[in-house]
Amino acid sequence: MTALPPSPATVGAAPGAPSSGADTGTSRWRDAWRRLRRNPQGIAGAAIVGLFVLVAVLAPLLAPYAGTALPGRAEITPTGIPGIGEVPGFPLGLDRFGGDVLSKLIWGAQASLIIGLVSTAFGLIGGMLLGAIAGTFRGWVDAAIMRVVDILLSVPNLLLAVSIAAVLGQTPSAVMIAIGASQVPIFARLLRSTMLAQSSSDYVLAARTLGLGKGAITINHVLPNSMGPVIVQGTLTLATAVIEAAALSFLGLGGGRPETAEWGRMLTYAQNELAIAPQLAFLPGICIAITALGFTLLGEALREALDPRSGAR
Amino acid sequence: MLRVIGKRLLLLVPTLLGLSILLFAWVRALPGGPASALLGERATPEAIAQINEAYGFDRPLIEQYFTYIGRLLTGDFGNSVQTNRAVLDEFATRFPATVELAIVALTIAIAVGIPLGYLGAKYYGKALDHVSVVVSLLGVTIPVFFLAFILKWIFAVQLGWFPPDGRQDVRIDATHATGYYVLDGLLTGELDAAWDAVVHLVLPGLALASIPLAIIARITRASVLQVYGADYVRTARAKGLLPRIIRDRYILRNAMLPVVTTIGLQLGLLISGAVLTETVFNFAGIGQFLADAVFRRDFPVLQGFIIFIAILYSLINLIVDVSYSLIDPRVRVQ
Repeated sequence: MTALPPSPATVGAAPGAPSSGADTGTSRWRDAWRRLRRNPQGIAGAAIVGLFVLVAVLAPLLAPYAGTALPGRAEITPTGIPGIGEVPGFPLGLDRFGGDVLSKLIWGAQASLIIGLVSTAFGLIGGMLLGAIAGTFRGWVDAAIMRVVDILLSVPNLLLAVSIAAVLGQTPSAVMIAIGASQVPIFARLLRSTMLAQSSSDYVLAARTLGLGKGAITINHVLPNSMGPVIVQGTLTLATAVIEAAALSFLGLGGGRPETAEWGRMLTYAQNELAIAPQLAFLPGICIAITALGFTLLGEALREALDPRSGAR
Repeated sequence: MLRVIGKRLLLLVPTLLGLSILLFAWVRALPGGPASALLGERATPEAIAQINEAYGFDRPLIEQYFTYIGRLLTGDFGNSVQTNRAVLDEFATRFPATVELAIVALTIAIAVGIPLGYLGAKYYGKALDHVSVVVSLLGVTIPVFFLAFILKWIFAVQLGWFPPDGRQDVRIDATHATGYYVLDGLLTGELDAAWDAVVHLVLPGLALASIPLAIIARITRASVLQVYGADYVRTARAKGLLPRIIRDRYILRNAMLPVVTTIGLQLGLLISGAVLTETVFNFAGIGQFLADAVFRRDFPVLQGFIIFIAILYSLINLIVDVSYSLIDPRVRVQ
């Protein structure tokens, strides 16, 4: 089998490429892993994500100062904010409050990772529970859950997150819950539709013939086989979560103190200094964009790896 | 056709009813109840009791809900806490600004996105294709408000080609008959005012266009790639038809189906994006108003806005489905 071309849409151009996994009897996951390793986009995404996680986890060792420390307060004047390389000891310069930009970017990676993981986990677990219940029991349970999901999907995602955050109050945990909760309907619908597609397959019929109950079939057979799209969506949601957390911060919903080391917060305060210190906006903005890019590339590569026929959608 | 549209409109009713129940519960779940949310920092026990009585928050929940629904049906969304004017009036004054901005953004997104996606597919694997893939990746990963910052810094602060914020230069004394500034300028013959409004739309329009552009380019590319290998395209080539005719009548017409759906679905993104873009460019539309409402905890505005957006969103989806059947006769027959 030739190496897979880098682009997702190749599948559309060259349909019917046989999956070698079926011939050799390797498992679906191992097959996917092999395809993932050969995908340059996936490798780039994984590298970015790996670096991001490393920086986030090692923040206490890497950052010269604490996230909320203001070591350079003496260097700040009303009209002058030292930029990149202008003051020794602060390689990326200082912000309006006298915080070290490098330290704040590093701590910001940690904040973003926590927000991303917690909110995605929240959306994933909540959505999977609803989706699995709807997909297993069908009937009026399914109808009721899916109507609520439809209603929630009629509100744009960011607005939904904003509304939930407004109810929960202006705290960092409210932002995480809001972003997670706004993802619940997406995961619920995704898992339900995948489960429905699986439920008409032969192995489910076989399990039913053997006399297995609904619950056992769902947990042991249908769910494991429906996880692919959910994993892909989860990875892509990590990108969305990082961007949306920044957006909610930008709209003033993050709470906490202004000097908190968080990328969205840094961007928010940078808009007042855009004319004299544009780097304050550019540095955290680039961090957000690169992190989101990493998760997106990885998610797309996972999608291709798990379902080679998926195309570029 | 009319029956299908009517059925879809009827289906809107339960969705909106459900949404109204959720919104009703939402406002009552606010910390401290709706009264203290309305009053904010001015909440004293007496003031809360007064508001509770005035707005009927002390009545049974079922009764409150029906009063609330009755108000919504007559278009009464309450008053904005920020301005103390009716929410509907506030929307009416600001809506044209956002519509202008959304039209500009969607025009840019379609005018650049479709050709970019088409060329990406046509020159598959070549340089142009890479450009289209990179653009569609960057478009969705760069936060809208960050892109807005970049555009503002380069083209307004550094180069000074475009104004940094607002809808129109305050020194221009323009007549605003419709609230659509560009249209106003054209109608009244104040061409300088119209041009100034256009210039003010460029940067926010570009920022807002980024996500829809990326998605449209991506879907177009994938869709054209799929159609490119179809038998009827090969047959058309074999017949020796002009490449232009093959492109317009065979490839594009068939590849546009998913693209049309996608364009319709961009509305939600445009509205979310408008909240952020209008804030950066201080552009007085409903997006900026909503951002202020979030910040000042102006719940009547938030509530009204969500209902408004949900209705708009559902109607646009309906229009998309109808236009679908205009493009694809097979859908009409069902």
